[in-house]
Amino acid sequence: MKTVRVLIVDDHRLFRSGVRAELGPSIEVIGEAEDVDTAVRAISELEPDVVLLDVHMPGGGGQEVLKRVLGAGSQVRFLALSVSDAAEDVIGVIRGGARGYVTKTINGTELTDAIVRVSEGDAVFSPRLAGFVLDAFASTEAPPIDPELDSLTQREREVLRLIARGYAYKEIAKELFISVKTVETHVSSVLRKLQLSNRHELSRWATARRLV
Amino acid sequence: MSETRNLPEEYPRLVRPVAGRVVAGVAQGAAAQLRLDPVVLRLAFVLLTVVDGLGFVAYAALWMFTPKEQVPKEQVKGPQPGRDWGQLAAYGVLWLALAAFAWMTGASSGGFGTWPIAVGGIGALILWQQADPGRRQRWMTGAVKQVSTTWVRTGIGALLVVVGAIGFLAASGELAKARTGLVFTAVVVGGMLMIAAPWLASLVKELQRERTERIRQEERAEVAAHVHDSVLHTLTLIQRNAADPREVTRLARSQERELRNWLYQPKQDADATLAAAVRRVAAEEEDAHGVPIEVVCVGDCELTEGLVALLHAARQAMVNAAKYSESPVISVYAEVESDEVTVFVRDRGKGFVLDDVPEDRMGIRQSIIGRMERHGGSARVRTEPGDGTEVMLTMKRS
Repeated sequence: MKTVRVLIVDDHRLFRSGVRAELGPSIEVIGEAEDVDTAVRAISELEPDVVLLDVHMPGGGGQEVLKRVLGAGSQVRFLALSVSDAAEDVIGVIRGGARGYVTKTINGTELTDAIVRVSEGDAVFSPRLAGFVLDAFASTEAPPIDPELDSLTQREREVLRLIARGYAYKEIAKELFISVKTVETHVSSVLRKLQLSNRHELSRWATARRLV
Repeated sequence: MSETRNLPEEYPRLVRPVAGRVVAGVAQGAAAQLRLDPVVLRLAFVLLTVVDGLGFVAYAALWMFTPKEQVPKEQVKGPQPGRDWGQLAAYGVLWLALAAFAWMTGASSGGFGTWPIAVGGIGALILWQQADPGRRQRWMTGAVKQVSTTWVRTGIGALLVVVGAIGFLAASGELAKARTGLVFTAVVVGGMLMIAAPWLASLVKELQRERTERIRQEERAEVAAHVHDSVLHTLTLIQRNAADPREVTRLARSQERELRNWLYQPKQDADATLAAAVRRVAAEEEDAHGVPIEVVCVGDCELTEGLVALLHAARQAMVNAAKYSESPVISVYAEVESDEVTVFVRDRGKGFVLDDVPEDRMGIRQSIIGRMERHGGSARVRTEPGDGTEVMLTMKRS
């Protein structure tokens, strides 16, 4: 089996070595970076399959890395990994282009799974992210500007609900009588909507949530 | 004062444009400065001229002190644009009519009383337009913008007082006698304000800076107090309990949750809304049993009697999962929809056979299913040995 080449970007050295030790044999850590500048350089030099990206870092944080790397046309895939589960961080980094968001409380096996999933082009949603998405898409009464992008289908809603309830993809597939591949398709489509929907409510919702 | 700093476009120096002028371009230049229609200022000059020639004097003074607009050579095309004689004639006729009217009604017989105002006003205008743009901007941004509402209010108040006093004097026939004194006072006070204005402005700015600094310090003190009360305290406890990994995990976990709530959760009253209450219940059971409980809430609403029952049932489900399932983690998902509230409590533990639970065990039958049904809701338990347990609680919103 082909190993996934990973770059770890985090400003805490202890955390980087912790993650390194936890990852399964299917993952090869090819480098580490500790701030925005070294991350951008390492990504262009090493061309990893997946970048494990911390959200809060000196020099602008994960969103700045996303902006500079994806803005330059790179196809590298990002999985955001953060202690923060604030809505604005989560939604912000996903809209910035990350293909998934997990919190640092995740265990080694789950993280390995998530990295493999992202490397295959799928999306990784934690229960909390699923909850945020359901909340954000439900919280507006304004009619969608672009119905295809600005609202979730019934099936996508069901999948997100099951993720929020703590179901793994395999369990969701069994519950809904669909294949795991179909579950992945639904999640990817939600991710696309989350990134491309230009309704301002999404960002505003995330910010406003903190200020209530 | 550094001359090199870049000033925004909206504070140009007062100049007299050549193109489109009626007399000398004073009104047009001032209008551009004040962002008004030139017609408004031209009318104002005409009206003021009716009042003892005040407008004429003001116009003349501004003409003298205002530099002509410098138009770059390459922009000048053809001959110099002349003045608009038609408009000039119109304003002249208007002035004549007004002056005649004022003379006939005697409204403009005010004598020398208005001249000091004219002089003071012209002085103020000169100071204003001669001041270099940088200083003018500092006066504006420092003092005027940030406290403008208060100042406007004070100004209107003072104006009303003055108008009221004049009205009283006029009514009692004393206005004519008092006017000289009033005008003198106005000129003196105005002059003093003019001298003191920059100093007052800097005083106001200083006060504002001090207030900001104080707020910042209070904020810092609050953060320090919070870190001390919670985080430092927990770290001490962790060191003391270093030999007991279970207790260390519990302490760290509960501190993490507390810090997270403080940092990220909207401040809410824990007993007022469902989402806050679910989080609180989960936190209490997590502390009591040492099993992590992950809570995800979508939507929120006020707690009602039925929802309190739902909350009790959810707590019982969490207790069961924490005590008996041996699951490493429990997931709680609460969703508020327009007509009903659903809460899922799920573990990945060993599960059980529902029909095998003895009749006298009250946990599931009474505390969960019975309680929900008594309050008009429903409870469903899904479990299989080895496949974990999920309790689904639904309650209509009333």
